[in-house]
Amino acid sequence: MEQTRSRWFWRGMRDGLPIAVGYFAVAFALGINASKAGLNAFQAALMSFLNVTSAGEAAGIALLGVGTTYVELAFTQLIINMRYLLMSCSLSQKIAPDTSLLHRFLIGYGVTDEIFGISMAVEEKLFPAYSYGAIAVAVPGWTLGTLLGALLGSALPLRAVSALSVALYAMFLAIILPPARKSRVIAGLVGIAMLASAGLTFLVSHFSLTWFSEGFRIIFLTVAIAAVAALLFPIKEKAVGETGEVSADGE
Amino acid sequence: MVNNVYFAILLMALVTYIIRVLPLVLIRREITNRFIRSFLYYVPYVTLSVMTFPAILSATQVIWSAVAALAVAVTLSLLRCKLPVVALAACTAVFLVELIPFA
Repeated sequence: MEQTRSRWFWRGMRDGLPIAVGYFAVAFALGINASKAGLNAFQAALMSFLNVTSAGEAAGIALLGVGTTYVELAFTQLIINMRYLLMSCSLSQKIAPDTSLLHRFLIGYGVTDEIFGISMAVEEKLFPAYSYGAIAVAVPGWTLGTLLGALLGSALPLRAVSALSVALYAMFLAIILPPARKSRVIAGLVGIAMLASAGLTFLVSHFSLTWFSEGFRIIFLTVAIAAVAALLFPIKEKAVGETGEVSADGE
Repeated sequence: MVNNVYFAILLMALVTYIIRVLPLVLIRREITNRFIRSFLYYVPYVTLSVMTFPAILSATQVIWSAVAALAVAVTLSLLRCKLPVVALAACTAVFLVELIPFA
């Protein structure tokens, strides 16, 4: 058991490493914005450590920069980060049903787009230690990036920031495309989701629908497309979290 | 009005944490409803797709380096390269393309 736990922890760290690199770059840019908005480096780093959410923090920083109310701030986080609710629902089916409450509270801290992505890419049932491994490398990358961004400002050459900023997207593709090769339904879903996302992004910017935030777009499309897919192509029993050959029942 | 930055930061963190932790704490058994199971099974694929495209195209300094990164990442992912390899190759593609002086 002890051995299993440390193996899952290492696996989480290994998969979390590219996330940490990508986070560092994104957080660096965020840190620059935070200091422009009047936050000091400690406040910026604290925000990143406690929130661990790029879109939410970016919006929060923007609001703090122009002056805002607590209600507006809380409501913005609710809308932008509502997608985590969906992710956590999926994740609740990925972990063993007997996972303790304490583990559930701790895993919850690390539900980010990226850690969720690698967690769902694990073929077996998920051990909490995997999340902790990923969190242990990704969160320091995120926090440190913000801190250095706020401190050093634009010291890092723009070209390096630019190159690093595609890391997270590349990782997403590496997560969704291999299963898409195996399943025509998933392949179709990926294609349709990307086209719909591009179309909606165009409409939003073309008609300047500023209330239709990025977070809202993600939730709207996810719910709509996944619901239609679930109606048209219901999965066979026991497809969530298990691949058949690998059973997590024997722990 | 916000007059305490620390309180603002804590408030943001609290709202975000509650969103994240609520389903994990409330849904403590396997869902048996086939529609919901299917829905949750498809969620990650749709979410990650929506977040990647078209956002990747505006992530870099010029669109062509992003297009190159996209092409490299798609190709290597389909060839089942490991995650870090795909990420690193995409970053390298951006870096190389941005070395080319554009008119």
